[in-house]
Amino acid sequence: MKAKVFVMPKESVLDPQGAAVREAMQHLGFAAARDVRIGRCVEIDLAGDAATHEAKLRELCRDLLSNPVIEDYRLEMPNEKHSDVS
Amino acid sequence: MKFAIVQFPGSNCDQDCLAALRGIAGIEAEYVWHKETSLGDCDAIVLPGGFSYGDYLRCGAIARFSPIMRAVVAEARAGKLVIGICNGFQILCEAGLLPGALVRNRSLHFVCDLVTTRVEANDSPFLRGLPFGSLLRMPIAHGEGCYFTDEATLRELNERQQVLLRYCDPSGRVASAANPNGSIENIAGICNRARNVFGLMPHPDRACEERLGSGDGRKIFESMRETLAIARAA
Repeated sequence: MKAKVFVMPKESVLDPQGAAVREAMQHLGFAAARDVRIGRCVEIDLAGDAATHEAKLRELCRDLLSNPVIEDYRLEMPNEKHSDVS
Repeated sequence: MKFAIVQFPGSNCDQDCLAALRGIAGIEAEYVWHKETSLGDCDAIVLPGGFSYGDYLRCGAIARFSPIMRAVVAEARAGKLVIGICNGFQILCEAGLLPGALVRNRSLHFVCDLVTTRVEANDSPFLRGLPFGSLLRMPIAHGEGCYFTDEATLRELNERQQVLLRYCDPSGRVASAANPNGSIENIAGICNRARNVFGLMPHPDRACEERLGSGDGRKIFESMRETLAIARAA
């Protein structure tokens, strides 16, 4: 049972990595890429009942996995169709 | 005067700090391993540069949870002088002892250079004898030194004179061409509201001897020594 955490730079934070990749895409002829932003995905394999870990995971998302000054996160619990945005 | 230099796995300027501090009359310096839970009877704390925990996740993000950091936070809140250099600055931001964050350099390049910074405040315990407008030349070496914060915090930093150093050209002009990493408003170093916690990307520890390119870094450590001496005499 894996939970996934998606961490993305906030809109207000410059993402030079994303900008470099967007440029590369344009060099490859993909002009449709207007903006590219790069974040990270963290997979957490959970023991036991996943639902019981959600509160603690949310705390870890806030304190460890993301830095709220520069990033937003989205936690996706196992078998979850839709998820919350921080 | 005893300075504690915290060593994290991946710190690589701990020895520079030790050598620099021991070279200054009146300062003793000792290492403290990150797994310790106490800083002993030190008078000031140094978080050195490096790549703590391989810079995994975000720079400083994991070091911030090292056992010693509880003691660092407690001592900082109690008013002890704390200086975070380069990776140490990143750790102080991650730990919430300083506002904002340090992100990837705008150029995406690791920058290694000797830069000029301008003193932007008058009453810092870290910059005694260095009035507003004084210039300090120090080396930088980082990939994630672009200081970022939201507008409200930036305004507050400016209003409270918490910006202590800005990157400038050799004549002292704060210009975008002199900004090595894209930091907001050329910020090179800031302090907390109480002014006892200082974080900066340039390395004073590597600028303590003229023959190494600059001796300006000494002035920061000497200022800390003076501050402590005055506090002790009071």
